[in-house]
Amino acid sequence: MSLPLPPERPPELPPELPPAGDLPARLARRIDGWARTARHPLFWVGVRDMAGVSVGLSAWAFMTGVAMVGSGMSVGESVLMSVLVFAGSAQLAALPLIAAGAPMWVIFAAALCVNLRFLVFAVHLREYLRFLPRGARIWLGFFMGDMTYVMFIQRFPSPAETERQRRAQLAYLWGGNCWNWLSWQSLNMLGIFLGAALPARWGLEFAGTLALLAVTCSLISSRTRALSALLAAGAAVLAMGLPYRLGIVVAIAVALAGSVWAGRWLEPAAEPGRG
Amino acid sequence: MGELRGWTLLIIVGMTAITVLTRCGLFFSNRDLQLPRWLQRGLPYAPIAALTAAIAPDILMPGGHWVWPWNSAQAWGALVTAGWCFWRRSDRQALTVSIVLGLVVYLVLRVGFGL
Repeated sequence: MSLPLPPERPPELPPELPPAGDLPARLARRIDGWARTARHPLFWVGVRDMAGVSVGLSAWAFMTGVAMVGSGMSVGESVLMSVLVFAGSAQLAALPLIAAGAPMWVIFAAALCVNLRFLVFAVHLREYLRFLPRGARIWLGFFMGDMTYVMFIQRFPSPAETERQRRAQLAYLWGGNCWNWLSWQSLNMLGIFLGAALPARWGLEFAGTLALLAVTCSLISSRTRALSALLAAGAAVLAMGLPYRLGIVVAIAVALAGSVWAGRWLEPAAEPGRG
Repeated sequence: MGELRGWTLLIIVGMTAITVLTRCGLFFSNRDLQLPRWLQRGLPYAPIAALTAAIAPDILMPGGHWVWPWNSAQAWGALVTAGWCFWRRSDRQALTVSIVLGLVVYLVLRVGFGL
């Protein structure tokens, strides 16, 4: 389905790139560029689409905040983590490891594996963003969440071909990203500050586990993926005796090997890289 | 309350690097790239494997040791969340509702019944 693009005023020509030393002029040009994106009608379509799912996102963000404080991190550390790391599931996966005093490389390995899905998204999005300069691509990439990717791909099944379509796609993407970032960070902060006031006896950090479980369930879209989850769960429980929660690395390795091996029979026609 | 410990700070810096690497890593190069085949086959399963491996012990082994699922508030809460997710698959709010329901069941069992 191709989206009928709304009427658009002819774009004002961007001013000449000021010389490198003229910082204020460069800054003004940058801000002008942002304003142009925010004025684009598709920017607000992106915001609206994202607002539709942000109830779920908000609950998740709130619980991530609660879980961060609940697992023994200080308020300052939690705020820093949510702004810098900005990857909810990786944060949640790392929390019990941090609390258990696992070695740093185990924490990083877990976070890396949870974040590998972004690599899958990026492979796909490269086609859409190849026209952008490198810096802009990287900047945009940092703000790509799961939901912004899913919504974007649903609305624009194929990469833009004209300059006008490119501007529209970019505006839509930024609209979703902005709303996603705002609602994630604000609810996350709320969770961090309220979470510190809730009694530890309730064990509210389990809310984070439940949020991850819900995300995991929504990812189980095929038999091979279900198998992958079962293998990982079984191996993680069996390998729990290993020191430093090394079991998580073992479980991931077992699940990956098992599902790649079984995938040949279960999904012979599956397109690699998309699943 | 606002203290920052060196160990945690290092972890935060490292995890930030991981976020940048996985979200933006492929955008650094201007050239076309071809991923190795084994990586392409494994990538779709990596998130699900990592997420499950991270949460399974919290659900099935609260406190670090095996507890029969019918005796644990964690397992009942998880069952409700997962069940709702699959039952209401197509519902847009399924994620939120499932988390809230699971949490309510967990809290009632834990705080109310001391499981």
